[in-house]
Amino acid sequence: MSRLTRTGVLRAVVVFGALAAFPFVFPAQWIVNIAIFTLMYAGLATAWNLLGGFSGYLSLGHAAFFGVGAYAIAIAFTHIGIGGSGYKPFFALPLVGIVVALVSVPIAWVALRVRAATFAIVTLTLLFVVQQLAFNLHHLTHGSQGLALPPPPFDVSTFEQPFYFAMLGVFALAFFTCWWVKGSKLGLMLFSIRDDEDRARGVGVRVTGAKVIAFALSVGFTGMLGGVWAYYIQFIYPQFAVDPLITIGAVLMAFLGGKGTVWGPTVGAFILVPAQQYMAYKLGASELYLLGYASVFLLIMLFLPRGIIPSISDHLARRRSGRPDEPPGAVASAPRATLPGGMAP
Amino acid sequence: MHLFIQACILGLLAGGVYALMASGLTLAFGVMRVINVAQGAMIVLGAFLSYTLFTKAHIDPFVSVVLLTPLMFLVGVALQLVFIRPLRADEREELSLLVTWALALGIEGLLSVLYKTNYRSTITSYADKSWRVLGYHLSEVRVFAFGMSVVILTLLYLLLTRTEFGRTVRATVQNPVSARLLGVNVDKVSALGFGISVATATAAGAVFGMVTPFFPGSHYDLISRLLSIIVLGGLGSLGGAIIAALFMGMAEAVFAAEISPTWSSFTFFIVLIAILLLRPQGLFGTNERGAL
Repeated sequence: MSRLTRTGVLRAVVVFGALAAFPFVFPAQWIVNIAIFTLMYAGLATAWNLLGGFSGYLSLGHAAFFGVGAYAIAIAFTHIGIGGSGYKPFFALPLVGIVVALVSVPIAWVALRVRAATFAIVTLTLLFVVQQLAFNLHHLTHGSQGLALPPPPFDVSTFEQPFYFAMLGVFALAFFTCWWVKGSKLGLMLFSIRDDEDRARGVGVRVTGAKVIAFALSVGFTGMLGGVWAYYIQFIYPQFAVDPLITIGAVLMAFLGGKGTVWGPTVGAFILVPAQQYMAYKLGASELYLLGYASVFLLIMLFLPRGIIPSISDHLARRRSGRPDEPPGAVASAPRATLPGGMAP
Repeated sequence: MHLFIQACILGLLAGGVYALMASGLTLAFGVMRVINVAQGAMIVLGAFLSYTLFTKAHIDPFVSVVLLTPLMFLVGVALQLVFIRPLRADEREELSLLVTWALALGIEGLLSVLYKTNYRSTITSYADKSWRVLGYHLSEVRVFAFGMSVVILTLLYLLLTRTEFGRTVRATVQNPVSARLLGVNVDKVSALGFGISVATATAAGAVFGMVTPFFPGSHYDLISRLLSIIVLGGLGSLGGAIIAALFMGMAEAVFAAEISPTWSSFTFFIVLIAILLLRPQGLFGTNERGAL
């Protein structure tokens, strides 16, 4: 694990402890409902970050795998009719994750032959392919009529809780994987790819392998989150299960919090999702909502493209190095000089 | 055979309009290395504007193109100045994807507020007329649309090859650093290039509205096709984009006629996968920067 400092572990224990206690402290259904979506996006953004933040390959097609996961759970528990429902879909999640990850390997291998803008284009196109498949494979997905899952037999008063903990579980899995990757050899390989892929290849980094593994891990978690989502929503349509807005939401949160950091995507999600739900509530999920979303998006991209956590840690690094009032011009160079944990001079 | 040739004709006519749509996209990439994900939304915006002019003021869409393109050119220049220029050069390629996506969402949102989310269609008096040539149907609207695309693309070609401005654009595409050293105002070229890109999208949108029913969310479908086309042609290559567009238009129409209309949009994706496996830089692309 990366720099397993006491504060780092403590921070994780406190945050995840608080998250586990949350639905008991605030049992109101609408609050837990928002919390479920917050955790879902925190998981999506964290999973996206594993590829997009660490290796610099900007995927715009993660919603495709979210949809695949959602449809996998939906199809398994309607058509194949694995008897009853209850908690079974949750137990099927690891399998969904593994299958999505394996299926993605050949796709990743093809898509990762190109870089930067072209990779983004290919992944974006992949999203539309999967959406079109969901529309066209009528006998499996019921096309635009949508697919209904068997209603979960949970008690009404605590109906939300199993979904909350399922989301929390997948999110935690993605989070700790991300944390582990960041400090591992794989993480080092991914960062070297992000900084200069040709040079990384030149010094013997097995770039293709590293990229494909990151891609598979990233979309595996995304698929699992899709599975939980489908069971929670109970009725899925191609345009909502494979929604470009899901990708863009996750990307936006990773950028807001700070891509390439462990905590950034989570911070971004915890800020944006409640705000987003509030906006949807205020603006009635109408067309205005899309406009509001686009504006927030543009503001973040233009004014905070590096994200919250990198900006704060730069600030702290400057403080620690005893130069609190750095002129703005020196901002770009100062953190680099004091990088190793802010311990320089 | 009759069906095949009929499909080829239809596809060629559609491909001409795709070529117009894709030319702006690939030009913007060539000049700034910016993938304008909002190109589809600009086309839909153009379709709605010409639809409004047609239904409210009874201006024929082919006439409204003349009014709308200069206007949207200015809008494009403004958008470039406000949203794309502030991005730092080393992050521009990736951030611009997201910024233009946000622009697309914004345009979609705005259109949804103004027009609601119903399907619309610009239906002119000659909408369902067609000529018969040697037993083949040639829809008038589609032929006019193709003709207009050819005219605009020819003008664009002349602009790029015969004028001082065109030379600065091509220089920027080939090497922005050297172009700047030789006194080309790259920032100005970028802004004007983006304006041209938006103007072509608007013109294409006006005819798009006549041949296809559209609604504010139509841009997703469009942009996925256009992105496949410019990857096939080679990013930044104008000639490549035109050839790729004509080819894809025909391939899609033939696929729809001979195999299955429901799956015809998959033609784009199949070709995209093939090109990634065989020649990732596209037909006319280079590994470094595309050339016009």
